[in-house]
Amino acid sequence: MNTSIWITLLNIFGVLIATVLLAAILTWGERRLLGFWQDRPGPNRVGPFGTLQVIADMIKLFFKEDFTPRFADIPVFVLAPTVVMATMLIAFAVVPMSPSIGVADLNIGLLFVLAMSSIAVYSIILGGYASNNKYALLGGLRAAAQTVSYEVFMGLSLMGVVMMSGSFNLRDIVIAQADTWFIVPQFLGFIVFFIAGIAESRRTPFDLPEAEHELTAGFHTEYSGMKFGMFFVGEYLAVILIAALITTLFLGGWHGPLLPPIIWFCLKTAFLVAIFILLRAALPRPRYDQLMKFGWKVMLPLSLVNLLATAGILLWIA
Amino acid sequence: MNFVFYLTSAIAVVATAMVIFHKNAVHALLYLVTSLLAVAVIFYQFGAPLAAALEVIIYAGAIMVLIVFVIMMLNQGDSTVVQEQTWLQPRTWLGPALLSALLLAQLILLVSSGKISSNQTFHYIGPKQIGIALFSHYVLAVELASMLLLAGLVGAFHLARRKKIDSEGSSNAY
Repeated sequence: MNTSIWITLLNIFGVLIATVLLAAILTWGERRLLGFWQDRPGPNRVGPFGTLQVIADMIKLFFKEDFTPRFADIPVFVLAPTVVMATMLIAFAVVPMSPSIGVADLNIGLLFVLAMSSIAVYSIILGGYASNNKYALLGGLRAAAQTVSYEVFMGLSLMGVVMMSGSFNLRDIVIAQADTWFIVPQFLGFIVFFIAGIAESRRTPFDLPEAEHELTAGFHTEYSGMKFGMFFVGEYLAVILIAALITTLFLGGWHGPLLPPIIWFCLKTAFLVAIFILLRAALPRPRYDQLMKFGWKVMLPLSLVNLLATAGILLWIA
Repeated sequence: MNFVFYLTSAIAVVATAMVIFHKNAVHALLYLVTSLLAVAVIFYQFGAPLAAALEVIIYAGAIMVLIVFVIMMLNQGDSTVVQEQTWLQPRTWLGPALLSALLLAQLILLVSSGKISSNQTFHYIGPKQIGIALFSHYVLAVELASMLLLAGLVGAFHLARRKKIDSEGSSNAY
């Protein structure tokens, strides 16, 4: 009894600290990788290979003036950056990392993650609204429209996986992939979810809410100091969460030969995060109407076709 | 168990009251989101996880986002707070408040008289049971709802359609 409580506590704090630390380290990792792909050094001065850059950035962020504009809606302005971090960290609770690691075994785990990612939108919208600034408002509006539309088929694309495993529980979904990873029968679903995942975490090419060349910084124009830092870390948390989800849902989670399960999970997640960063290095940003058109006219029909085909084949086999 | 329920219910009730009495529209909406989340927790606690998840995804995560979106687009600023102040005079809300207080008294009376069985034995209803019930017993209701939604979609399409009254003549006008 007593030891099980300790194991649970270790699980909770281990996952919490690991994800926050990883998100912080990723701020350095992304710049290094971008530098590597763009044939320039990237941050390499602080510490060995620039690894202490994270600490330098954190010190800088903490000692910057935390400026709250006079014209802002102050309670909402303060609330907004906390939402994205809180929801992303809570969502990690249901992600199973290995047979023994994972905080909660929720029977609606998949829906829980979707719910948390849909709550995370408030962070951007409220940040955009509360800043009382035209650029921020435009960024917030874009974020609202973009996330609400991409959420629709983000959920739909996962229903194929749910049908094949017969469960919303992420652990059961991983166990169902012991023989074949779902990326093989659900390739269409994988593609749709991958693109929707990038849009949900607002990464380039879908970073129109903060498009710096037209909206200065979009929704976080007025934010500074650690409030900005929370938006920043929240974005990286979202990237890690989407990568971990794709690993869990399509790449067989912790399954893999030779190496221990947790190593496989981390390797797959790290690989996907690297692809996210590579996409940022490689792709230009589309126009806003192109983004919406692509979502509703290509991705939604694709996910519906995937849903229909999966259901038909499953019925035919059964 | 009971403590969690009463705490969540208290949050829901207070948040809903704040929705009504708050002068600032966006703050009121945030309270409404809180209230919806509290209701979702209650659903989950009483063995309806799917209802809880849908409450958060659809109500808190999609519908409320759209409402906040519209309010942001209008962006009326401080003038609306003054307007709300003039609207929320006692003589406006006293009548409805009295009537709903009577309803509340009736409800409390009914619950405390024990006519409605208030035993705590609830059973867990998973997503599968809901799906089976929806597409067998309630299939007519599902179809009717889908027709209603389709009508809404057609209406939205009609309203948003770009009317082409340009100089190119009537060849491509519709």
